[in-house]
Amino acid sequence: MSSRLPSWKELPIGAVILEPGSSRRYKTHEWRTLRPVINQDKCIRCRICWSYCPEPAILEVDKPYVTSTNRRYEITYMVDYDYCKGCGICAQECPVKAIEMVPEVR
Amino acid sequence: MSRALTIRDLPREERFAPGHRMCQGCGAAILMRHITKALPKDTIIVQATGCVEVTTTLYPETSWMNPWLHIAFENAAAGASGVEAAIKVLKKKGQLPPGKEVRVVAIGGDGGTFDIGIQALSGMLERGHDILYIVYDNEAYMNTGIQRSGATPFGAWTTTTPVGKVWHGEWRRKKDIIGIALAHRVPYVATVNPAYLPDLYAKVSKAMSIKGPKLIHAFSPCVPGWRYEPALTITIAKMAVQTGMWINYEIENGVLNVTTPVPKRKPVREYLKLQGRFRHLTDEEINTIQKFVDEQVAYINKLAGKEVIGPVEA
Ligand SMILES: Cc1ncc(C[n+]2csc(CCOP(=O)(O)OP(=O)(O)O)c2C)c(N)n1
Ligand code: SF4
Ligand code: SF4
Ligand code: SF4
Ligand SMILES: [Mg+2]
Repeated sequence: MSSRLPSWKELPIGAVILEPGSSRRYKTHEWRTLRPVINQDKCIRCRICWSYCPEPAILEVDKPYVTSTNRRYEITYMVDYDYCKGCGICAQECPVKAIEMVPEVR
Repeated sequence: MSRALTIRDLPREERFAPGHRMCQGCGAAILMRHITKALPKDTIIVQATGCVEVTTTLYPETSWMNPWLHIAFENAAAGASGVEAAIKVLKKKGQLPPGKEVRVVAIGGDGGTFDIGIQALSGMLERGHDILYIVYDNEAYMNTGIQRSGATPFGAWTTTTPVGKVWHGEWRRKKDIIGIALAHRVPYVATVNPAYLPDLYAKVSKAMSIKGPKLIHAFSPCVPGWRYEPALTITIAKMAVQTGMWINYEIENGVLNVTTPVPKRKPVREYLKLQGRFRHLTDEEINTIQKFVDEQVAYINKLAGKEVIGPVEA
C-alpha cells in the first residue's frame, strides 16, 4: 500500500495512471489462510499450476534443480508469497499432487 | 491448418500484474492474464465497469500493462469504436505514423454486454469497426452483489432470482450472445474457457489477426456468485465442457470448428452439483437443463456437419 496518497496538485491531468502494472505495490498475501508449498522433488515441471494461478503468484524461473533421485531440471516453479491469496487452484490441479496447502501461521 | 498450441506455447512474460483485488480463485483473473499475453503490446483496452474493472484499477494503481481506458457500464463498445476511429484520424492527420499498428480491444462483463451494453455492441458490430470485443461471462452482475442478468442460466439462484415458496431461481433461458453477434455477419466469433488456455491463447491471437469486428465469449467461474470453494474454479470450468454445458468453438467466415471435441458427455448433473447456486434444483429441473444442453449439442453438431460432441455416457 502506498504510504501517502498524492495531493490533487501532484496528480497528472485527467488523473491518469502512468505506471503500468503498479498494483504490484499492493501485496495481497494477507488474504491467505492456507499456504501452497511445492515439493520440488515431486514436481514434474508441467507448467499447469503456473498457467492457472489467477494472481499470478507462481513464478517460472530459470533456476536449475537436482532432485533426490539425481534428475536435473532447468526450470523451477516457485510461489510468490507476496501475492498468493491461497485459493488452492494450483494444489487442486497439480497432476502429481506436488503442492500441499498448509495452514498459514503468523 | 496450423499446429495446435500446447501449454508450452504460452508466453512466460506477464502482462497483467498481481496485487489486484479479484477474489481468491477468480476465473476472470485467469482469463485476463492469458488474454493480455496474446495481445500486441500497443493494443488499447477499453473496459466496461464490472468486477474486472473495479478490482484492477484501484487508484492510483493499475494491474494493466497495456494502454487502458475505463468506460461506463453500458458503452465499452461505443468507447472502443471512438478510439478505433480516432486512430484512423490521427493517421490521416499525420499525428500517428501510417504504418503503426494500434489495435483496440473492448472488455465487458455479461451484464455490460448481454443487457445494458447490447445497443453499443450492436452498433460496433454493424459499423464494422476493427475491434475485438471480449465478454467475460460470470452469469450475473457480480460486482454489485449477484443480481441476475440476461446471461444467468435457467435454474440459477441469484439475489434477484431467489429460492423460496414462489420462486426457484432463474426461470428464463440464457441469451445466445454468439447468435446475436452472428446476426451482424461478423468475420469471427469464438467461445473460450479458462481451463483450456492454449485454445484461449490461439483464439485471441487469431481474432487479432483478422480485420473487422470480432466477439469472444469467455466462460468465467465466480467463487462467491456461484457458491463454491475457490480451489474448484478450473474443475468447474472443465466440467462445463465435459458435460456440454459449455462448448469451445469458433466460427470463422461462417465455418464452425469445435476446438474441444467431447466424444462422451457427462450428465449435466455433474456440473450443477459442484455449485451452491444450483443446490435447490429438483430432478425435474435438472432434466429440463439436460434437455436444453442436448438441444444445443445437436445444434452445434448440425453446424459442424458431424458428431463432435457425443451422447451422454450411461
Ligand atoms: C448505468 C449504470 N448502472 C449501474 C451501474 C452499477 N454497476 C456497476 S458494475 C455493475 C454490474 C456489472 O455486471 P457485469 O457486467 O456482469 O460484470 P461483473 O461485475 O459480473 O464482472 C453495475 C450494476 C453502473 N456503473 N452504471
Ligand atoms: S494458492 Fe492460488 S494464488 Fe496461491 S499460488 Fe496457488 S493458484 Fe496462485
Ligand atoms: S502443477 Fe505440480 S508438477 Fe506441474 S509444475 Fe506445478 S507443482 Fe510442478
Ligand atoms: S465476484 Fe466473482 S467475478 Fe468478481 S472478482 Fe470475485 S470471483 Fe471474480
Ligand atoms: Mg457478470
